Amino acid sequence: MFQTLKNFYHKLGSFPWFYKISGKVIPFAGVLSISLIVISSIWGLFFSPTDAVQGDVYRIIYFHVPAVSVSQVIYYSMSIAAAVFLIWRMKMAGVYIKSLAPIGAAFTFIGLMSGAIWGQPTWGTWWVWDARLTSTLVLFLFYLAIIGMQSTFASRKSADTAVSIITLVGVVNLPIVKKSVDWWNTLHQPASISITGESSISSEMLLPLLLSILGIYLFVFFTGLLSMRAEISTREQNKDWFKKVSNYN
Amino acid sequence: MKQHRLKRLYGVLFIVFCSALAFILVYFAIKDNVNLFYSPSDLFENPPQGRNAIRAGGLVEIGSLKRSTDSLEIAFIITDLKNSIAVNYIGILPDLFKENAGVVATGYFDKNKMSLDAYQILAKHDENYVPKEVKKALEK
Repeated sequence: MFQTLKNFYHKLGSFPWFYKISGKVIPFAGVLSISLIVISSIWGLFFSPTDAVQGDVYRIIYFHVPAVSVSQVIYYSMSIAAAVFLIWRMKMAGVYIKSLAPIGAAFTFIGLMSGAIWGQPTWGTWWVWDARLTSTLVLFLFYLAIIGMQSTFASRKSADTAVSIITLVGVVNLPIVKKSVDWWNTLHQPASISITGESSISSEMLLPLLLSILGIYLFVFFTGLLSMRAEISTREQNKDWFKKVSNYN
Repeated sequence: MKQHRLKRLYGVLFIVFCSALAFILVYFAIKDNVNLFYSPSDLFENPPQGRNAIRAGGLVEIGSLKRSTDSLEIAFIITDLKNSIAVNYIGILPDLFKENAGVVATGYFDKNKMSLDAYQILAKHDENYVPKEVKKALEK
């Protein structure tokens, strides 16, 4: 078992293997994720019941929650990749961070924007400096720092090293984002979905929400693979294996 | 794990440790300002000094809401079920504002009268999402 995992880990580090496998997985991931997003959006926007207190404006949850949730998961995975890069010097980890950072930033932005659009009618304000909103903005700024840092180094290796370090610095912010609503008085409400206990959102509303979360996670998997392939083809364009598999030469 | 990799693992842990330490120090520096609002009990036991605007939050006490008939002036009481403060406000309220629901009011606090002259009222939504039909059925 351990040996199989170890083999898989070593294979993950190989650009040609990844390029071959990802090419096969991408179409399935794309079709599945986009159809899940379409189904859950239609379900959430038209068929799930209206909320008793908020009315129809609550439906923004079907975009807000998946977006912020995936933006945190992407950051966690990037910080694991950062540790892997710093310890094992695995080039694939550098590719992973560089490719996923813009996707994570995009979803954090969608989360902040959709939250503001929801906040205006429900709270009465677009933005308030409470702990949840501010720590999410800090997460967004870490993403921007990671993206910006990529192009400030002459060599690929030093850029990847510096980016890995800044990624690890930012990981401490994630538990704060998650727990801020429990630790302090915030305007933002605590979590409605609970994995261990009973969720405080009714099951008719929860089901399309879980589906939309699954759809967005798969969409990130899909776009992440696409983005990583693009990054690999930039870095490896002069290598023999790449010339063999690509149709250009 | 090989010796040089173990060393780098310690390096990684050191980075995370330092970063956590930095965040903790920042937290201690801003500790008094992390909470978005004071509860009525905070204001009662430990009233803030100075003349700056503050935020007070809690539930709108049932039966306390009074609207003026010829202006946008309203008065209500924010309570945390132990202490309460009176709030005066002139302006438009957010849709979710109602009695027995969460509210955050920003304004100038008078600790002698335990009252707040608010210039902004924000409604606080809780984590409960219930369909309209279910709520109606429950209330019957």
